Amino acid sequence: MSWRPGPETLRVLIPALSLAVLLAAVFWLQPRAMSYTGLNLLFNLAVPIALATIAQMMIMTVNDLDLSMGTFVSFVACVTATFLQSDPVIGILILAGAIGVYALLGIVIYVRNLPSIVVTLGMSFVWGGLAVLILPSPGGSAPEWLRWLMTSRPPFVPMAIVASVLIALVAHFIVMQSAFGVVMRGVGGNQRSVERAGWSVLRVRAGAYALAGLFAVLAGMMLVGLTTAADANIALRYTLLSIAGVILGGGDFVGGRVSPIGAVIGALTLTLAGSFLSFLRISPDWQIGAQGAILIIVLAVRLLVQRQQQREARQ
Amino acid sequence: MRRAFETLRDKPWIWSFLAAGLVWIATVMVTGGASAGGLTHAALTFAAFTIIVGIGQMFVITLGPGNIDLSIPATMTLAGTLALKFMGVQDGLILPGLLVAIGVGLAIGIANYGLIKLLRIPPIIATLSSSFIIQSTAIWSNRGLRIRPPDSLGAFTTSSTLGIPNLALVALALTIVAWILLERSLYGRWICAIGQNMRAARLAGVPVDGVRLATYTLSAVLASICGYLLASFSGGAALNMGAEFLLMSIAVVVIGGTAVSGGFSNVPGIWGASLFMFLVVSMLNTYGLGAGFRLIMTGLIITCVIIVAGGRRSTAR
Amino acid sequence: MQDSPALHSLVEIAGAHKRFGAVRALDGVDFSVSAGECVGLIGHNGAGKSTLVGVINGGLSLDEGSIATGDGRAGGRHTIAAARDAGIRAVFQELSLCPNLTAVENCRIDHPSLRGWGWRGRAEVIIRDRLDEIFPGHGIDCRMLVGDLSIAQRQMVEIATAFSHVVKPIRMVILDEPTSSLDSSLARQLLAYVRKFVAGGGAVIFISHILAEILSVSDRVVVMKDGKVVADRPASEFDETGLVQAMGSVARAAEARNVAPAAEKTEAPVLKVAARGGKGIDLIAHRGEIVGLAGLGGHGQTTLLVDAYLARSGDWTAPADPRAVFVAGDRNVDGVFPIWSILSNMSLALLPDITRKFLVRRNEEEAIGDSWRQRIGIRTDDLGNPIVSLSGGNQQKCLFARALATRAPIVLMDDPMRGVDIGTKQDVYDMLRAEAAQGRTFLWYSTETAEICLCDRAYVFRDGVPVAELVGDDITEENIVSASFARQAA
Repeated sequence: MSWRPGPETLRVLIPALSLAVLLAAVFWLQPRAMSYTGLNLLFNLAVPIALATIAQMMIMTVNDLDLSMGTFVSFVACVTATFLQSDPVIGILILAGAIGVYALLGIVIYVRNLPSIVVTLGMSFVWGGLAVLILPSPGGSAPEWLRWLMTSRPPFVPMAIVASVLIALVAHFIVMQSAFGVVMRGVGGNQRSVERAGWSVLRVRAGAYALAGLFAVLAGMMLVGLTTAADANIALRYTLLSIAGVILGGGDFVGGRVSPIGAVIGALTLTLAGSFLSFLRISPDWQIGAQGAILIIVLAVRLLVQRQQQREARQ
Repeated sequence: MRRAFETLRDKPWIWSFLAAGLVWIATVMVTGGASAGGLTHAALTFAAFTIIVGIGQMFVITLGPGNIDLSIPATMTLAGTLALKFMGVQDGLILPGLLVAIGVGLAIGIANYGLIKLLRIPPIIATLSSSFIIQSTAIWSNRGLRIRPPDSLGAFTTSSTLGIPNLALVALALTIVAWILLERSLYGRWICAIGQNMRAARLAGVPVDGVRLATYTLSAVLASICGYLLASFSGGAALNMGAEFLLMSIAVVVIGGTAVSGGFSNVPGIWGASLFMFLVVSMLNTYGLGAGFRLIMTGLIITCVIIVAGGRRSTAR
Repeated sequence: MQDSPALHSLVEIAGAHKRFGAVRALDGVDFSVSAGECVGLIGHNGAGKSTLVGVINGGLSLDEGSIATGDGRAGGRHTIAAARDAGIRAVFQELSLCPNLTAVENCRIDHPSLRGWGWRGRAEVIIRDRLDEIFPGHGIDCRMLVGDLSIAQRQMVEIATAFSHVVKPIRMVILDEPTSSLDSSLARQLLAYVRKFVAGGGAVIFISHILAEILSVSDRVVVMKDGKVVADRPASEFDETGLVQAMGSVARAAEARNVAPAAEKTEAPVLKVAARGGKGIDLIAHRGEIVGLAGLGGHGQTTLLVDAYLARSGDWTAPADPRAVFVAGDRNVDGVFPIWSILSNMSLALLPDITRKFLVRRNEEEAIGDSWRQRIGIRTDDLGNPIVSLSGGNQQKCLFARALATRAPIVLMDDPMRGVDIGTKQDVYDMLRAEAAQGRTFLWYSTETAEICLCDRAYVFRDGVPVAELVGDDITEENIVSASFARQAA
């Protein structure tokens, strides 16, 4: 009997293949990219995006959506570039408080039965306003240790790749292997059953949101480590990028079916797509549109594959 | 006292007008009444834009949970850009320019619903993705000189009739049409039915897909009309002209008393909410608080209103 | 109460009463299950099986009466948690597992006590062992997502999960139609395991519509009807015919059908649903007929009605002349618009008829609403009141009016009288007769035999398709029950 990839494997295989194909295309267009420095440059900015994607994934696991990801990461970046650099204790307190707010939001959304879209959209303004208050114009500087971390040069493999692999493994462990991850995904798949088995759905959702906050905070910090300075609008596009990354990586909006490794691959692919488009001399005008188009195409392909699988199952 | 409270509670749109009134008073007090007229005039002018897109968003949200149109800012931008380009500062092309804008809206609305229905993409993602593609199209087509609107059109949008800004009159006309549609027409009944229970609506003979297609198209058309007017008002189509209207369109729907869970909409409330939001911003500016506070206040107001208003009905499932 | 010391009572229900609105789901039920026995629970629609099982499972509470579980704990409410603590599990037809998790992970959800390092390995052992024990040779990959398994495999995992324990032993398992997705060899394996489980001191409550299964696996058979227990005897004292007779009515023999025999129909049918894939028989309806859809609940009747309606109505536009109209039975899910008034709920289906130039004519709407309020007898002083202010029966009347007020020639009714009081039912029956006499065709799915007996013809459904057609005087409770339950070839 030949080996046919199961549905789960397929879901991760597709983004991995697309990344490989895209990478090959980039190398063919720009052979100089095929070096240590080249790879690092290509995937540098993917690290904070990958973290934000994992954060969004936590929230999508419990069937919600976070439309404030972009402004929140920008806010964190502003805090990092200012407080964390000058008054580390205050900076850490602020960031911890922000994670606490995320957990609180998760609780409120569950208890009051609110649509997460509207609540997070409202909160996105709050984060945006706070960011503007902290840094009305671009400025600040990254803490030394962050700079050192993001510009480090591990042997053989560039920092960007090391970091991405690390993020993927940690997220995979938390979400797919650990007991908490199982219950979290269970809440996304069949909340009533999880409740009946005696678990506290409230705690699980608060935990999911808190994890999301944590990863988003890391994203903002890493971003500042790379760009050294920050401004209030630095990460606004992370909202769509994070959602697209989860979907590209084989995740679903509802049902609790997500793949952390796929999500990181998705983030890498989206980052690469940007470079790919510029190597193709496509004007930056179209880069935004390309991200939207990629998301639509991936969803369309996924639908076709699903229909095909259903047709086969019926036979 | 109790009866007064109950009357207030039954008419949710009163809240937003009351709130708007309070903020107006607070703002005017600072300048000792001198700015009353100017403030009102500005409020009516700028709120008009929010009202027009808010109406479109309201129709979509009334369709039920999960329905939302995030492509409004991009649609505004593209429609404004293409219309102004088409008109080429010629007065004679004002009406055809409007038709071009409406045409853009029609195409976007149909494309949005195509994504939702054919590719089974949730409306949030469908409209979010399409907004990126639309935005790119707008950026690409806007290369070059900033084109001004035709003189008469520009004058129209910046002047008043009988003391009321023309834009507010346009918004009023559109509001009346929207009200008639929602409260008196067959289409309005159908939307509210779908918003309360999509399956029951289909089983009662409501052509669900047709109504949803029409609604997403309506939202896009209103957004493009708004873009057409905004571009003319501002003297040209800027690429970020729609940016703050995304959250604003949702905010005025929620604050104005429309149920986020669908099935119940509140047209007058959009006026109260739009005026309120603009006046809050003015008040903050008058009191010397900057852009940061404005954003925070706006966000907190929306978040608090939605938390208090509550979410999905538990019976519908 | 105190049987021989060897029999240890696991659940003891006395004098149970449970009402849902006007419906007496449990009307004075005494029921007990002891360790080491398998009780077959059998009954037609409305017998009270689901309610009884819901009470034992902890999901429902009794209005009157008592329930005691084996530990003898008299105090405290019998909640789901309490039932789980007492070692009671249930397998229903709806999926209780999380489809996005593997069988192993679902085991973890079910057993919060499985924590610490290496829980995966332990969970896998637990679920794999149980699967091997119940369904040897199952070939299920416990690491596959449950949602990606076939329906039969999913059912097997559900069953195995219910029988798995970590610390506290499972004392009693309720199996509600467990073999519905299993083929015959798998079903045999399950029955064999049930015997093994009770031999080891466990207990099973087994619900099935396949009589042969009940007889082969149960020690004792409890027959329920209309909320009461009508028979409680060892399985050896029953055969298939006996079971059918016990479920059918005794006292109804004398009641004549007060339905005039319908004239021979020679014209073409107005509706036909052809049998597909060689399963079942065609379903046809002629003009002016009331055709009943009978059989146990959930055997395809609603699906047929909904499909027939969807095929005759538009997704994108509303047809100028309505071809069919639907009356929902599950009000809250399929019928009622909770924010709206009674009038708006009533008029929805006929709005296109009273719309001129896109605007709804409100005075026409009110006139129609008023006339139907009187015709069908909706008890309210103002049709502008919200629909949720009406009683259940009156809400149902509103849904009827919604359908009957249209011009549609075919009316599809999805068990609309469930939970409705007898007075309302009579009013509506008369109305249906009158409308049918004027040429309207009714397809009427009902879980009440008395209503099916009011029809001109009836189709009995089993396993998703109509399997038997009953005409005129042949529509009796005995025939319906007999066709509803799968019997071996006589």
